[in-house]
Amino acid sequence: MYKSEAASWFRIYEMFQFQSFHMYGIIGSALFLGVLGVFLIKKNNVKSFYGEPIKFTPKDKSFSRYMYGGIIFGLGWALAGSCPGPIYTLIGAGYASILVVLVGALGGTFIYGLLRKKLPH
Amino acid sequence: MNWIFEPWPWYVAGPLIALIMFLLLFVDKQFGMSSNLRTMCTIGGAGKKVDFFDFDWKSQRWNLIVVLGAIIGGFLGAHVLTNDPSVAINPDTIATLEGLGFENAGDTYLPEQLFGMEAFSSVKSLLILLGGGLLIGFGSRYAGGCTSGHAISGLSNLQLPSLIAVIGFFIGGLVMIHLLFPLIF
Repeated sequence: MYKSEAASWFRIYEMFQFQSFHMYGIIGSALFLGVLGVFLIKKNNVKSFYGEPIKFTPKDKSFSRYMYGGIIFGLGWALAGSCPGPIYTLIGAGYASILVVLVGALGGTFIYGLLRKKLPH
Repeated sequence: MNWIFEPWPWYVAGPLIALIMFLLLFVDKQFGMSSNLRTMCTIGGAGKKVDFFDFDWKSQRWNLIVVLGAIIGGFLGAHVLTNDPSVAINPDTIATLEGLGFENAGDTYLPEQLFGMEAFSSVKSLLILLGGGLLIGFGSRYAGGCTSGHAISGLSNLQLPSLIAVIGFFIGGLVMIHLLFPLIF
């Protein structure tokens, strides 16, 4: 994450400006291999390291939670320039200020837990 | 071996992300980073007040190991494998950022005014970081996943909900950068 600059605020801004292929290349190549690999696993009934069939958990069917939640997440992703994975990468890299983002993210998760039953899902 | 000190191109990083997802699938786990935020709330005692956090967090310990790995990776990437942390973003992007008041965009890994030590003495910077974090935490749990859980894991399994979520991510991101940034910065 650090070495590919996917944890850089500047790269996220550039991505949403559509001014570089870099981030799209990262997500796109991961996704291309992901789709191909998942297809092959299902087709060939590939077993996990424990000898069990590999499980895929389908997401619950809905529209509103994914669209509303997605938009809210996108606002934060662009503002803080970091999604939940790179937060930890940047902590390791030594940026003390990212801890403020982590505190906010924990707070946001807690608020969701509080309001969950009142939100459209 | 000099390449390892340079920024890694997308065709190295993307396949590595896919590899992590497959390694987790092969040990019966699902790649998704935002779930850790819920786990951390539970460890902090949130389950006593809100039933959403009342679950067996120990079943999620493996994911906290992924978090630990990301922290170690960030440390190694920044302090061992990098000589020059500047980010070679598009000159047009640099110009737009200068218009918003970001000086020397791309010379550092992160913008100094938001992430440098000076951010701690600026109420505005702290509010931006805290607000960004709140939106990330609330939105990812509401949507049931973030970039890793939906854009990588979910879309790899051709899940329509994940496509809706990813479209939402981009609507939110584009609104933030094109409509709200000029008001905020």
